[in-house]
Amino acid sequence: MAEFIDLVLLAMLAMLALTALRIIFLKDLFAVVMLFGIYSFLSALIFLNLDAVDVAFTEASVGAGISTVLMLVTLAMTGRKEKQSTHSSLLPLFVVLVTGAALIYGTLDMPPFGHPDNPVHQHVAPRYIEESPKEVGLPNMVTSVLASYRGFDTLGETVVVFSAVIGVLSLLGVRRKKKKDLESGLETHRVLHVVAKNIIPLVILFALYVQFHGDFGPGGGFQAGVIAAAAFILYALVLGLPKAFAVVGPRFLQWMAAAGVLLYASVGLYSMYKGGQFLDYNQLAADPIAGQHYGIIIIELGVGITVFAVMLNIFYAFGSQAERSNVQ
Amino acid sequence: MDFLDIVSSILLLAGVFFGLSGAVGLFRFPDFFTRIHAASVTDSIAAILIIGGLLLQTSFDLNTAKLVFILLFLLVTSPTASHALAKSARHGGLLTLAESSPQDKQESAK
Amino acid sequence: MSFILDYYNYWIVVFLMMAGFYIVISANNLVKKIVGLNIFQTSVFMLYISMGKVTGGTAPIVAEGVTQYSNPLPHVLILTAIVVGVATTAVGLALVVRIKRAYGTVEENEFDNKDDVI
Repeated sequence: MAEFIDLVLLAMLAMLALTALRIIFLKDLFAVVMLFGIYSFLSALIFLNLDAVDVAFTEASVGAGISTVLMLVTLAMTGRKEKQSTHSSLLPLFVVLVTGAALIYGTLDMPPFGHPDNPVHQHVAPRYIEESPKEVGLPNMVTSVLASYRGFDTLGETVVVFSAVIGVLSLLGVRRKKKKDLESGLETHRVLHVVAKNIIPLVILFALYVQFHGDFGPGGGFQAGVIAAAAFILYALVLGLPKAFAVVGPRFLQWMAAAGVLLYASVGLYSMYKGGQFLDYNQLAADPIAGQHYGIIIIELGVGITVFAVMLNIFYAFGSQAERSNVQ
Repeated sequence: MDFLDIVSSILLLAGVFFGLSGAVGLFRFPDFFTRIHAASVTDSIAAILIIGGLLLQTSFDLNTAKLVFILLFLLVTSPTASHALAKSARHGGLLTLAESSPQDKQESAK
Repeated sequence: MSFILDYYNYWIVVFLMMAGFYIVISANNLVKKIVGLNIFQTSVFMLYISMGKVTGGTAPIVAEGVTQYSNPLPHVLILTAIVVGVATTAVGLALVVRIKRAYGTVEENEFDNKDDVI
């Protein structure tokens, strides 16, 4: 059985390499983006095979969902054909081959794949695996490490996501449309309307499940935020941006993105106020384990709110640009 | 190897067969609409058969319920996706093989 | 055979990394360059997750009767990196859109001498 799983992994890695190879030579950018979606899905499957369930979940919702949509919207504005390059591709090929050969030579010094006594598994990780169920009291070690042990790091990452939306908005800006926008062709899709309207609430429900069940199974704020954003993006794609703006406006989303980061940071400040260190959840309640639970649920909520608002606002920014360039 | 295992392996094998035939059709069929016909075989009947086979492998607990939910979602979404794709292609002015081939013959006759 | 199995993952990672690198330095179109960057990024994710895998281990979620878990630390690092990655990709794509609006093209070799026009 173990050999069979190895074989599946080998085959999927080979498919991944083939997809990357095909992307190099394709000139049709639409096909490139579609292949990139396939590439993301394949890598999610490989992550699943390598026991990284949380990562696979994130990659499937982010890579195959959000980034593909963003790239497609960009293509709608920039054109779908890559022009023939004028400079020779020999020099890049040479550079890549030399670098690749050096890296392959380097891998020979790596510890063999999957051995339990590899150096990575000797330090820090055993403590997480053995102590985190007792210290934090959650079955999902990834959530414990993400939200509790490395909570400061995750705060930093949430801030990075937040500043990305500031960057996108200052580059593109979201404009509210007064007039009726162009026929995208999707207005006539009666079947799509009916199905989307019924699916979207379920997707949001699933996002909430992922948000609050992340302590016990794969999931958490990052995944939940992206899934909820995907539900609203589906709504905006099917019914048009103005209707989506009527449900959740871009201005409100900016507040939401900031509120999520603020919620996260204020948990840290509150634990300082209670006499602990920054983000020391043990202080949040009389019982340290209960304190850890409160802290993790609140900061995961903050992460979820920020990621949801940021992803949706980025889509709004790109979407309203695309509509504008269609009008011109 | 009890009865359920046999049924589940038959379902899984049938699912694999339909998945493969869909993939072959995607490569071999001549135009967009016949290809999407082949592709929709993969995400409708093949997926249903494979999930059905997996359902019989579970011990009828929470996992079964999750698989049933996945099955229901796939039943609704994948035909919709195929439909939306085909309809968008029509909207974009793509002709089926039957519509475009008489024209080709006329053009080649000229 | 076991030699190949021991290093296969790393070699694929190097291949993907070089594929992404090649796209970034040789592609003419900026959107394709960003796809290349993403491929490069995913190869790094793959490297981390491959290192975290323990043969015979399971996903790091406590379950009864399981003693061997894969390393949770790389999972945490990569999980957040994916979300940060899509956010930075969005910033890159926004820059591409602005470049298109300012220069009228996203092809690298057509930028020459366009600065005078603006």
